[in-house]
Amino acid sequence: MTCEYNLYDPSWCPGCGNYMIRKALKQALEELEIPPHMAVIVTGIGQAAKMPHYIGANGFNGLHGRALPPAIGIKLSNKELTVIAESGDGDTYGEGGNHFIHTIRRNVNIAHFVHDNQIYGLTKGQGSPTTAMGQVTTLQFDGVKVEPVKPLALSLTMGAGFVARGFSGDIPQLVELMKEAIQYKGYAHLDIFQPCVVWNKVNTFQWYKDRVYKLPDDYDYTDFNAAYEKSLEFGDKIPTGILYKVEKEIYEDRFQFIKEGPPLVDAVLNPMDAEKLMKDFY
Amino acid sequence: MDYTILIGGAAGQGIETVVLLLEKTIKRSGYHVFTYKNYMSMVRGGHNFMQVRFSDKPVTTYSTKVDMIFAMTAETVDFHMGNLKEGGLVVLDEEYHRDRDFMHLPLQKIAKEIGNQKVVPTIGFGAIGKYFGLDPEVAMDTLEEAFKDKVLQLNIEAFKKGYELTQTEIELEKKRDDKIIINGNQALALGAIAAGVKYYCGYPMTPSTSVMSYISAKSKEMGIVVDQIEDEVGALNMALGASYAGTRAMTGSSGGGFSLMTEALSLSGILEQPVVVVNAQRPGPATGLSTRTEQADLRFVIHAGHGEFPKMVIALRNPEDAFYQTARAFNLAEKYQIPVIIMTEEYLTDYMMTMNPFDFSKVEIVRNVEANYEGTSERYKRYEYTETGVSPRILPGKKEGVEVLVDSHEHNEYGNIDESIETRNSMMKKRMQKLEGLKKELMEPDQIGAENPEILLVGFGATHGALLDAVTRLNDDGLSVGALVYGDIWPFPTDMINKLGRDAKKIITVEQNMTGQLESLILEKTRLEISHRILKYDGRAINGDEIISNLKSILEG
Amino acid sequence: MNYSILIGGAAGQGMDTLAQLLTKSLKRYGYFVFKHSDYMSRVRGGHNFIQIRFSDKQVYTYEDKVDIIYALNEETIDLHKDRLKEEGIILADTAVSEYKDLLLLDLEGTAKVAGNPRAMTSVGMGVIIKLLGLESEEALKVIETTLKDTIVEVNKEAFSKGYEMVQSRFNLEKLQDERILIDGNTSVALGAAAAGCRYYCGYPMTPSTTVLSNMEKWSMDLGIFTEQVEDEVAALNMALGASYAGVRAMTGSSGGGIALMSEALSLAGIIETPVVIVNVQRPGPATGLPTRTEQADLRFVIHSGHGEFPKMVISLRSVEDAFYQTARAFNLAEKYQIPVILLSDQYLADGETAVEPFDFKNIAIERNLHEGKLPEGRYKRYLLTDNGVSPRIIPGKAEDKIILVDSDEHDEYGNITESAAVRKSMVDKRNKKGELLEVEIQEPWLIGEDKPDNLLVCWGSVYGPVKEAMEMLQEEGYSVGALIYGDIYPFPTKLLKENVSAAKKIIDIENNSTAQLDGLMREFALIKSDVRILKYDGRAFSVDELYKRLKEVVE
Repeated sequence: MTCEYNLYDPSWCPGCGNYMIRKALKQALEELEIPPHMAVIVTGIGQAAKMPHYIGANGFNGLHGRALPPAIGIKLSNKELTVIAESGDGDTYGEGGNHFIHTIRRNVNIAHFVHDNQIYGLTKGQGSPTTAMGQVTTLQFDGVKVEPVKPLALSLTMGAGFVARGFSGDIPQLVELMKEAIQYKGYAHLDIFQPCVVWNKVNTFQWYKDRVYKLPDDYDYTDFNAAYEKSLEFGDKIPTGILYKVEKEIYEDRFQFIKEGPPLVDAVLNPMDAEKLMKDFY
Repeated sequence: MDYTILIGGAAGQGIETVVLLLEKTIKRSGYHVFTYKNYMSMVRGGHNFMQVRFSDKPVTTYSTKVDMIFAMTAETVDFHMGNLKEGGLVVLDEEYHRDRDFMHLPLQKIAKEIGNQKVVPTIGFGAIGKYFGLDPEVAMDTLEEAFKDKVLQLNIEAFKKGYELTQTEIELEKKRDDKIIINGNQALALGAIAAGVKYYCGYPMTPSTSVMSYISAKSKEMGIVVDQIEDEVGALNMALGASYAGTRAMTGSSGGGFSLMTEALSLSGILEQPVVVVNAQRPGPATGLSTRTEQADLRFVIHAGHGEFPKMVIALRNPEDAFYQTARAFNLAEKYQIPVIIMTEEYLTDYMMTMNPFDFSKVEIVRNVEANYEGTSERYKRYEYTETGVSPRILPGKKEGVEVLVDSHEHNEYGNIDESIETRNSMMKKRMQKLEGLKKELMEPDQIGAENPEILLVGFGATHGALLDAVTRLNDDGLSVGALVYGDIWPFPTDMINKLGRDAKKIITVEQNMTGQLESLILEKTRLEISHRILKYDGRAINGDEIISNLKSILEG
Repeated sequence: MNYSILIGGAAGQGMDTLAQLLTKSLKRYGYFVFKHSDYMSRVRGGHNFIQIRFSDKQVYTYEDKVDIIYALNEETIDLHKDRLKEEGIILADTAVSEYKDLLLLDLEGTAKVAGNPRAMTSVGMGVIIKLLGLESEEALKVIETTLKDTIVEVNKEAFSKGYEMVQSRFNLEKLQDERILIDGNTSVALGAAAAGCRYYCGYPMTPSTTVLSNMEKWSMDLGIFTEQVEDEVAALNMALGASYAGVRAMTGSSGGGIALMSEALSLAGIIETPVVIVNVQRPGPATGLPTRTEQADLRFVIHSGHGEFPKMVISLRSVEDAFYQTARAFNLAEKYQIPVILLSDQYLADGETAVEPFDFKNIAIERNLHEGKLPEGRYKRYLLTDNGVSPRIIPGKAEDKIILVDSDEHDEYGNITESAAVRKSMVDKRNKKGELLEVEIQEPWLIGEDKPDNLLVCWGSVYGPVKEAMEMLQEEGYSVGALIYGDIYPFPTKLLKENVSAAKKIIDIENNSTAQLDGLMREFALIKSDVRILKYDGRAFSVDELYKRLKEVVE
């Protein structure tokens, strides 16, 4: 069985962080020896969301903001698939904000990679939910007037069991984070910094490079309070790595027939199985 | 005279710059200009092209055949050679030299000498400018507007170098320029601003975004709140809040975003809260083709929102129409306390066209808000029964002793929940009664061409320009052809089509969709049978040439 | 024979349980039953009433006139006393009313003696069963199997005491019972379960919620994943994910929730992923009247979703129809890889009816998943075929095949494309499926006279009242027939066209204000109705009301 992932020619701008993220994704999946036909990449709409077109795995390229609901539908239907939701910051934290919150509450076993470039790319440079206050954009001529979302603090306080941050400029670390996230049993939130070379002239490659630092080896990622503190660190220094990781019961296991039975998709369908329900109506 | 220059290349190469400089300079030389834009949905790469058409007579559509191809990639030549007129010229960078009768120019080489690859477009502009004998002074003014400081100096140098590369082959005599050049979304936004919009909220979605960004650019100057909000569900609900509080509010999106607004559209129906919503159509379903054009949301928009309530749908036909109709939409929304939906389409949002300046003195603002209304009862009845179905509207906080209650449930005159049969019947009748007034406001479709034509073409929205072009040319050829182009489209005006349709030998619909949605309205509302249909749904706009060739093949059977 | 019992009072007075016990008992005594509830949208207070109609023949709807009114408060008497038939009886507790010509009994006091004043409604039930002249055994069994163990004895005692308080007035007999008692939403859920639906997600919204709660109830037993999700936007997107992964998936809501699904409906269209959606209509716009009925979402649903894509809309006409059509919807969705929308309404959803048991053997599951070998190389999810339907496989099941679906316009592999030629061929491909649907659709039911003078047309749940009212007119010698639309989009026109030629009057009957079916007839058949009988006050047609309005028209 081959575990090699084909790559296809993307239409991203030269220098876009998406290239590096794709490279890390390919490497992570190959190192985990997940065959392409057993992996599904579910995305919304945006430059990041074009990923399924550029890497040879199963793909569900759905609607803007809505990567998570189909990802859940897929995982519950076939627990044997490795399901990765992948989308941008606007897609995930803006349009899809409500799904994000409630997906964390469920704790379905999926990995969620958010390509966070702090701007809208495909629609040409409007502020995103992670754009800094005051930043001038192609729409906010006067500067953004709302505070940015703090994605890691949000997922932590919502109860996510795996919260991490990576940077497209550090592929070895990103590969490890992706592997950890995919292997984590539950919802794994990985926010990935990436520069947008065309539309974000503030948060450039250099900007990130100057700020990110790896969490030290002795950092205890099971300590919620420490993780919360790190999730708010967003200034001259921004930590990367696994901020928080604990074991939690996954959503699928709360359904006995999913936990103990074959994947839902393999159920043999027979109308007569339901006939017993009729007894209630006599 | 009637010339078209096609400029093609990859995203990020600066074809927009060549086009911007050209269209402005040609317009300022006193000519009518029409620029058709054709993008792919990507920031870099792909193949994009634009066509600048100009003439000493008004131009309302793009033309299939071009006089000059200015190719910034070799690919451009391959894609468009078939469109070149006989004797037309291909201008190509010598980097991509072909062994053909092309004009090869050292654009990149000169740019290297100047020291900046980004000036390639301006060198090209210089070369084309000289070829058409454009006045360098006018060109210089345009450059000064487009660039600043150091970049300006570089571009002036680039222009001059480019200007030396060619000879004048066609002399465009300079004329008086008293026109504006504008695209549909800018005109729409201007219409809204003229009508006093004070609140615009929306979520970025191509091709609607430029309405929001234009208003945002004028936000400070005009005192308009522009809010990029979390999603489209939020957008329309927020606009309704603003409208309730008394500001003129507007939101806009494209198909998918509009889908998300359908719930709140129904809300505006029962709240009787005026609001203007723009749906800038692009080809669906779902994400579809983000940067291309279609007219496939007509029936969807007409029937959007659960339950039954009056709404008005206006399809915009050209930038001028966009300005005046948008301004009118605000009055209609407030006069009848209904949602008014403005339908535009990617083609119209983007193309640039010259026309007479808009007459702001013609825009009237009628709010229909009654500050001094005394009422018929002690408590204010937001939903008081009246003959017209329209209740006197007071704004919250504006009149002592008056509290304003609106409600998404079925309600009584006060706005309180009421489930009785009598109230339900009366409120349904009250709301639907507004349609009677609205029907009297309807503007019949624009009639073009022969007075009582044998062949009646029927279209709506942005096909107007192409139909105008086609019908004019066909009439010149002696054919009895006319066209009706719908602007107001719901409620559906039927007088004209009943009048012309009954006598016409053939009724042919022209639509940018696959299922013939305008046809379905005609069938439903008039039961007039359509003999033929010209439908295009590949994401590209139809032009006059295509309508003529389609019509000819229909007539030839 | 034909009787109606009306129970009226405020929310929270125990009417629901009483009506449930009474309805079930009457069915067990072998009668055809129809239960219709008229609720206000609140948990406490307000005026609610429930009508139970029963007969030895099939009954499809409620009637205005009633034989027995059991008034739990005085308001009920004021509001409904004029609806009493000549020989009718109004039953009430002595504390409720001082009206003279009523059957006033000390129901509450009797309940106290039985052990609990809350058992008063069971005393009333005993009185009613005795008035009808039925023996007490079946009713006692129903009480025993329906109520919680802790209160069974008290209520049986209360029933028996009530049963002894009066003499029989109606002298009814026990008949043979072989029917089931079921409402529209439960039938929809049963149809879905029979069709092998294994994924149902939704957000609570009256009157659709009981589809969700039934599925939830059967979830563990049948292995159906059921979830109450964060919103309706998520619900349809999630169902599409499940369907992509190969599971039969469904969601449902009412108008406002369906509005939120329009975006994902368009997604289902372009990714060609089968899904079944039920819209249980209630009166709009917006929140409207949450617990009442209407048929005003027809055009909205037909045109829902931006862009153009084939979909099918089926309106449900009766509880049996709800069962069989729901099961069929899953097959159609998978056969054509399209969204199928079922249109129900509050009246059908909640109206409990006694009908012949559903025949599960009649349900066939046709998945239309591709079996057998696929060509070498990359799998083409959107392979261009003669009929527009591409061979569908599911992810993770074929070792060298990956499945890519895309909301952008795409090529045969599912990859984004902007080519004008590919765009055109994909639109044509999808549209071809729409043309196949036009062959697949079922013509409306034709009941009554073939090619009648008076042709009635209607759709969905109006079937019940129309059938009964039409039969009354037929008995009086009028030439009437009716076309009852089930499959409604694409719109079947054959039977309509055949029947209009002879018709002197076409009469359109709908539960909405703008005659939406009439619009479809004009558009697709160039036929318009001559008369429209429209009702949009949130209530369904009663048989007497419709009969009266029809009579005025046919005369």
